[in-house]
Amino acid sequence: MGMTMTQKILAAHAGLEKVESGQLINAKLDIVLGNDITTPVAVKEFEKAGFQDVFARDRIAIVLDHFVPNKDIKAAEQSKTCREFACSHCISHFYDVGKMGIEHALLPEQGVVTAGDCIIGADSHTCTYGALGAFSTGVGSTDMAAGMAIGMAWFKVPSAIQIHLTGKLPSNCSGKDVILTIIGMIGVDGALYKSMEFTGDGVAALSMDDRLCICNMAIEAGAKNGIFPVDDVTKAYMDGRCERMPVIYEADADAKYEKTIALDLSEIVPTVACPHLPENVRPAKELNDIKIDQVVIGSCTNGRMEDMEAAFKILNGKKVADGVRCIIIPGTMQILRECVERGYYTAFIDAGAVVSTPTCGPCLGGYMGILAAGERCIATTNRNFVGRMGHVKSEVYLASPHTAAASAIKGYITDYQEE
Amino acid sequence: MQTQGKAFKYPDNVDTDVIIPARYLNTPDANELAQHCMEDIDPTFVTRVQNGDVIVAGWNFGCGSSREHAPLVIKTCGTGCVIAKSFARIFYRNAINIGLPILECEEAADAIAEGNDVQVDFDSGIITDITNGKTYQAQPFPPFIQKIIRSGGLLQSLKAGECDE
Repeated sequence: MGMTMTQKILAAHAGLEKVESGQLINAKLDIVLGNDITTPVAVKEFEKAGFQDVFARDRIAIVLDHFVPNKDIKAAEQSKTCREFACSHCISHFYDVGKMGIEHALLPEQGVVTAGDCIIGADSHTCTYGALGAFSTGVGSTDMAAGMAIGMAWFKVPSAIQIHLTGKLPSNCSGKDVILTIIGMIGVDGALYKSMEFTGDGVAALSMDDRLCICNMAIEAGAKNGIFPVDDVTKAYMDGRCERMPVIYEADADAKYEKTIALDLSEIVPTVACPHLPENVRPAKELNDIKIDQVVIGSCTNGRMEDMEAAFKILNGKKVADGVRCIIIPGTMQILRECVERGYYTAFIDAGAVVSTPTCGPCLGGYMGILAAGERCIATTNRNFVGRMGHVKSEVYLASPHTAAASAIKGYITDYQEE
Repeated sequence: MQTQGKAFKYPDNVDTDVIIPARYLNTPDANELAQHCMEDIDPTFVTRVQNGDVIVAGWNFGCGSSREHAPLVIKTCGTGCVIAKSFARIFYRNAINIGLPILECEEAADAIAEGNDVQVDFDSGIITDITNGKTYQAQPFPPFIQKIIRSGGLLQSLKAGECDE
């Protein structure tokens, strides 16, 4: 029996000819990632265990993105811990304010991650980089500390669910609607401990931003990782961008999948996940009686250029509904700059929205858009758990940038229709 | 190794945001964080929990964020063990890495009632509900993971391995 794409990458990094699902392996890491919340805990553990040096200063990425520019004194202390550690160990991929972006928008953009990599990150959405054909998974701070020290991590080789895509998305849908639809089908633990491997003719019609968004939310189905095959779209994206040579792995023709889900992209509709789980999905058009107080367009899920383009297309020349706060957060400084250059920034302000520098801020209820009791937000973020964006009695509806921007204008949840 | 205490029952899909809300993640200090353990699902948990008590939950416990702060606060406020039908994978890893005992046992998770007196033996995986006199056998850990637990966590296990070499 053949191996899945994930299993091939893991076998290669463990120095093994073949691996099987369930096998425990030690694998070599290409990149170890942390942010301003998880790195301080990792630094404490790293130092407590008595490690002196990191395994490779150019293979560690530390991104300050959750609470920066610092939201309070304690957050500032955490950033300082990260900064001092990065400085004392000469970490080459350290991203501070002015250079930073939301980690999972930033690392692919900057070419720090590439196809064929084996990556761990002390952030659950590290699974994003599977879009480039890498094995990439979220871990905790202790795993990050161990990874920084020895450049290795233990894994249980996962089995896989194959998601076979055909057709082409309608113009009012994007990767977000695809992944919300899948989570609605299999549930928040439907892929627990497993890989989600995307295959089929439908892949070619998905942009890199769509694929990054889809892999980003694999964790919301409990998955260990999500992964796309490397094709011309991936190669064009990586060309001249990635600092290391991509290595392309393909699933064996006889790879064993636990199950296969067939999805025709042309049948996808604008989809919204209702409180308080990402699996509670409904078509956006069935929710048009849901009045909203706030809209957030951004995050590691949907803060990329195509997301800003969607928001611009819909908000340009329009007004955000009275009583609605619309917060737009470009994912990286480069994306923010491009929003300025293309005139999106002005259009967003004219529409009555606010634009922030990159931050995870409201997505996890940190700052920059916290909800009061009884308030409702439609957000392009990734989780709608109880209290996720603020008060335990507030509500978050997850949607695509198209749906969120169209809803901002209407003041109620609505699906975007081309005019 | 054993723990004994009363059971705190929770449903399926207890996420890390309710275990330790992100608004408190501006500090890595375990004692400070632990004051908010389970705050958004059970605001009185920290005032009621005593050393050795046991959290009993449904499927997919610890889903969501990778924050290690979640198993850390559960451990720091004295909880002796978490029994669930299943754990989200990052939480599972983190719990083992920091030395919070966790056990998967569907039968026990269904049968044990809130407030029951529960005893857990980690070596054998036997869970005893003293209140109703029933015992349950949890899934044993693979030997590789037992080694990490015996060493007191991942980094200690790595250091021990290095010394062996």
